[in-house]
Amino acid sequence: MTPFLKRATAVCFSLFLGTAWADVTLLNTSYDVARDVYKDYNPLFQKYWFTKTGEQVDVKQSHGGSTKQVRAVADGLEADVVTMNQANDIEFLVDKGLVARDWAKKFPNNASPYTSTMVFIVRKGNPKAIKDWSDVAAPGVQLIIPHPKNTGNGRNTYLTAWAWSLKQPGGSNKSAQDFVGKLLKNAPLFAAGGRDATTTFMQRGLGDVLITFESEAEMIAKEFGKGNFEVVYPSLTMQTEFPVALVEKVVDKKGTRKQATGYLEYLWSKEGQENAAQNYLRPRDPELLKKYASSFPPVKTFTVDEVFGGATKAFSAHFKDGGSFDQIYVAK
Amino acid sequence: MSANKLTRATQEPVWVRYGLMTIGLGFLFFFLGLPLVAVFVEALAQGLPLYLEALAEPETRSAIWLTIVIALAVLPFNILFGVAAAWAIAKFDFKGKSLLITLIDLPFAVSPVVAGLIFILLFGSQGTFGPWLAAHDVKIIFAVPGMILATLFITFPFIARELIPLMQAQGKDEEEAAVSLGASGWQMFWRVTLPNIKWGLLYGVILANARAMGEFGAVSVVSGHIRGETNTLPLHVEILYNEYNAIGAFAAASILALLALVTLVAKTIVEWRMKKETEMLNTVLAPEKT
Repeated sequence: MTPFLKRATAVCFSLFLGTAWADVTLLNTSYDVARDVYKDYNPLFQKYWFTKTGEQVDVKQSHGGSTKQVRAVADGLEADVVTMNQANDIEFLVDKGLVARDWAKKFPNNASPYTSTMVFIVRKGNPKAIKDWSDVAAPGVQLIIPHPKNTGNGRNTYLTAWAWSLKQPGGSNKSAQDFVGKLLKNAPLFAAGGRDATTTFMQRGLGDVLITFESEAEMIAKEFGKGNFEVVYPSLTMQTEFPVALVEKVVDKKGTRKQATGYLEYLWSKEGQENAAQNYLRPRDPELLKKYASSFPPVKTFTVDEVFGGATKAFSAHFKDGGSFDQIYVAK
Repeated sequence: MSANKLTRATQEPVWVRYGLMTIGLGFLFFFLGLPLVAVFVEALAQGLPLYLEALAEPETRSAIWLTIVIALAVLPFNILFGVAAAWAIAKFDFKGKSLLITLIDLPFAVSPVVAGLIFILLFGSQGTFGPWLAAHDVKIIFAVPGMILATLFITFPFIARELIPLMQAQGKDEEEAAVSLGASGWQMFWRVTLPNIKWGLLYGVILANARAMGEFGAVSVVSGHIRGETNTLPLHVEILYNEYNAIGAFAAASILALLALVTLVAKTIVEWRMKKETEMLNTVLAPEKT
């Protein structure tokens, strides 16, 4: 092909696919509801990177259920970075040899630039007076959560209830298992996913309490109106992390290590942190946390690492076939 | 005899006739009419300007564009394969013919999700050809070629299925006459076979096209969901809906519904032409035959 023809085809192709001209293109593969965060973050990063290096970086986004997303990366989706909502999903890529084993140490804060917590959403006026985990497990209360075995949202609820019970006077794994069993009996159904649980609770009007991410509560307010529900912070809740990692194999192949690392590092900058806060995710930066204190009331939290010794351990003890969930569910 | 039966059928009691009609129309209204109306009502719920704005989103535009590109890319392969397969099956006898017919039906029987997974197993980086493709820097899965392949797999029976009964009914007399009068293979095809099947072929093309534009399962598996790059309209509708962007989702859905309506109109026109043509043929041929 002559150079002109080559260029002409390239132009046609880019018109076809709508890609802009850029020096480097990064692909960020992410979980389902992260769209708003990164939609706002990408232009910030592009501006920052351009003034710093003079390089035009185009960032593409792919969103979907987190487990499905990492599967796609393992099957050849050429993501430079993965930004997930569960460490398990990144561990899966470690096992496939795509992500470095020490990914959590490569960035500050366990490689999680922002966090969220699990909160209760109750009906207006809190008619069932649900204040803490014990109230959720009380007889006559209906609880709406997604399935604990295969959704992050459901798993977090399960583990948080377990941890709360463990921390009660005289708490043990045995008492925790009994308590979680009682709690799950209050769930008339398990929703298929986080969004499905929300619509079940808000649109179909089923249940007395929905347990979900703090960040999701703001999305519900936007969609269904602030006056229709109340947010309750229990006495203890999980600090959920949103780990990020470099996909080593892809950045080496594409030669984008420098830009991809810069992309993730910038998440910890003032701008990156403020963007997270504006998207209702708790920033790591203590000053910003103070600035946005009205959105993020102080709450006593634990991490999965502290109570369960890491996401992988928690998963195999509770959600693998024959784990505690299966034991409880068979008993139910 | 048959005329007698027909008159009796129209003389069923009034309540039976109207009862059946109400059931049929009511069913159509609730299961087809209402949802279709709902799509447009939801899309326009907050006014035309917001609707147009939602459609002008670069990601939505690229999804519309990609949907059309894939449908167009699939089309020539479908025509080629459909005509060739129908030709072979209708006009020749050979060993393995029934096997070929079964194979053509395979995409109807296989769930689209499985179809997509087959391509992942073949071309994914852990798949059979994955390492070779990666070494030669060829991207199939999670790129447009993979989506075209998946759509092709799903849609390729449509044209063949439409043409086989038609060509079988027409028989091979006319082709044999053409050859005995000295026509070459291509002459026979262009002047005899193609004019005979053109409406059936067009009908098949319309059906395959509708399916190609609406396909979700298989394409979803191989797409990788890269925004503005590998999202077709059906995939984009789901994503927007899951993001609480109801207007955007229904606006995109309304485009799909519009495409379906256009298809429906085209289909009706083609059907009408087909009927007219056979009627014409019958009136012309009938006196000669007797």
